[in-house]
Amino acid sequence: MTQLPAIKIEGLGKEYLLGARDREKKTFREALVGLASSPWQRLRGKDTAQCRRFHALRDIHLRVAPGEVLGIIGRNGAGKSTLLKILSRITEPSSGTAEVRGRIGSLLEVGTGFHSELTGRENIYLNGAILGMKKAEINRKFDEIVAFADVDQFLDTQVKRYSSGMYVRLAFAVAAHLEPEILMVDEVLAVGDSAFQKKCMGKMNDVAESGRTVLFVSHQLNQIRRLCNRVVCLEGGRIQFSGPPVDAIEFYENSLLTPSLADKKKEGGFLFWETTAGGHVIKDTSTPVTIQILFDGKEPINNGHLGVVLYNDQDFLVAGWALENVQMHSGRQAIFLTLPHLPLQPGIYSFQFGLFNNGNNLTGGRLLDLWHATPKLTMDVPLHSHPQERWAGVLNIAPKFHIDGDHLDCLS
Amino acid sequence: MDPGGWLTPFITTDHSDPPMTALPETQKSQKNTSRNDAADHVVIIRPGKNFRLLNLKELWNYRELLWVLAMRDVKVRYKQTVLGAAWAILQPVLAMVIFTVFFGRLAKMPSEGYPYPLFVYTALLPWTFFATAVANSGNSMIASANLVSKVYFPRLIIPLSAIGAGLMDFAIASTILLAMMIVYQVGWTLNLLLVPFLTVAVVFCALGVGILLAALNVAYRDFRYVIPFLVQIWMFATPVVYPVSLVPESWRWMLFLNPMAGLIDGFRSAFLGKPFDASSLGISMGVALGIFLLGVAYFDHMERRFADII
Repeated sequence: MTQLPAIKIEGLGKEYLLGARDREKKTFREALVGLASSPWQRLRGKDTAQCRRFHALRDIHLRVAPGEVLGIIGRNGAGKSTLLKILSRITEPSSGTAEVRGRIGSLLEVGTGFHSELTGRENIYLNGAILGMKKAEINRKFDEIVAFADVDQFLDTQVKRYSSGMYVRLAFAVAAHLEPEILMVDEVLAVGDSAFQKKCMGKMNDVAESGRTVLFVSHQLNQIRRLCNRVVCLEGGRIQFSGPPVDAIEFYENSLLTPSLADKKKEGGFLFWETTAGGHVIKDTSTPVTIQILFDGKEPINNGHLGVVLYNDQDFLVAGWALENVQMHSGRQAIFLTLPHLPLQPGIYSFQFGLFNNGNNLTGGRLLDLWHATPKLTMDVPLHSHPQERWAGVLNIAPKFHIDGDHLDCLS
Repeated sequence: MDPGGWLTPFITTDHSDPPMTALPETQKSQKNTSRNDAADHVVIIRPGKNFRLLNLKELWNYRELLWVLAMRDVKVRYKQTVLGAAWAILQPVLAMVIFTVFFGRLAKMPSEGYPYPLFVYTALLPWTFFATAVANSGNSMIASANLVSKVYFPRLIIPLSAIGAGLMDFAIASTILLAMMIVYQVGWTLNLLLVPFLTVAVVFCALGVGILLAALNVAYRDFRYVIPFLVQIWMFATPVVYPVSLVPESWRWMLFLNPMAGLIDGFRSAFLGKPFDASSLGISMGVALGIFLLGVAYFDHMERRFADII
């Protein structure tokens, strides 16, 4: 019999409504007024259509075998913590399913629920219970925890009198003695001085070798390399890579390099864009559109590569175009891009322009500038697509339907 | 075929197992949630309503946490105070003194023939508990925001445990009442046997209101400011400082729609030895239970969104 996966994730996604935060926190009176004025829309959830959606996670497929130590890496906001939160049932997904086999212990923060007025001893029991340990279990491990944290003289002192080092040591010690079948750890090993960190790593090693399933989020790539059997790299809420730690870390480090150019202060490069009709709004999906892009080159370009890509407001890549063999002299030049029509749905889009010299992104060309263009492009057009969002797709093409029962010759 | 794989060309997930799409199978396995058997402990995480309806079994599994959190509040309540647990007695006793002076002496409030201090204290005892429990429970979720967003457990544990400290105060303060009954030589009848039942009813009522407010408080912080007013106004809608007989007969049914009215009057009957009014007690207990169920239902409905909006 094949072993069932400890964790099986199918198409998991989590979507937040931006602006919904203000909505949720608005006063009760407004909610009542809103409910009174548009009860129907509200009940059908229509008013949420005005909010921007943010996908913290999208379409995650993942299996974790029992005993596997899986590392999760990615930039801030890539969705790592969201994934752990969904798996530990703190928050629920917006789509997809996850099946978790075995008791979960999650450690998203050190010292959750510590109460500063209570003593070290009392906090061990409190924190242990919050993390899901039974009293008998804590009793059994009590001495071990105290020894690990090295706080035995201060056991009956209120933790508010602890030094911050003692505090985190105690907090970590409790958490480290959690023994669930599946352990999820979010970036908590970076506590205490280096001696204590070494101790923590040792403890994590023991856990990893004990055959327990571990999901481990960290920015400390060395820890990841040492502990994990497999590493998943998240980016923009998606799994971009999954494989052996060494490869995943290399992939991640490479992905870190590219956009950092975009953050650099602009000196030359792409300066400006607009439609030739003027402005950044398109009001018609069927007429030709020309956009002009102003580029200020520091050097002549030979055999260059120009990339123009268009994202929608959910960072979904809608379209991309490229021009190879670009020849340009240094100084300011305008680049024109004409599209016969731009059948996009109403909304906000953003261009991203990239220009390489001596080859393209694949052939070792040198990236001169990558610009997440501002302002954004607004499509101020009627919606021709399916009125239900889930069926509307990304294109916006005006259809002509025709139903005719008299002309069935093609079928006969 | 990889379901949804066409959307995510970059995924290189391990597909050594055949991808599963069999939803019926997963629904079946949801039933096997026994806590101790690791192999059988399967949790299905999915969006929507099925996040668990009120799960009493799970709540029971977490009873130790309920106890630990309640004890935390008890321990912390009077820490670093000079008078300590004496505050539990002082609060209702001081209220009794003030009410006796203003309502008993100055306003000459009738007290059904009992000494006014005793009369008002029998009501203040459960009322103080109710007021503390509602306030603590109603504010408990936002006070524990860090727990809610970092650890999983049935959220209902939080407002439930929040009444523990009030219950402790109630027990301490009731010793004073027993002492007063000796001094005034009133009460000490078999009616006292009903005190535990009445206490349970007040607990349910306080929990219902507290749980409802706790859930509302997460979404609408307005309720943090509503709670003190609500409690204050509610006290005057309840026969604490005045006897039920002050309310005209024809309006009494309305008085007893306030569950605390019937319960407080019940406490008076139990401690003072006057006959119980079965119908008012019945209405109030029914309403108390109704409020409790309403509170739990609303809380349960909101529970899955708490971590996102707190």
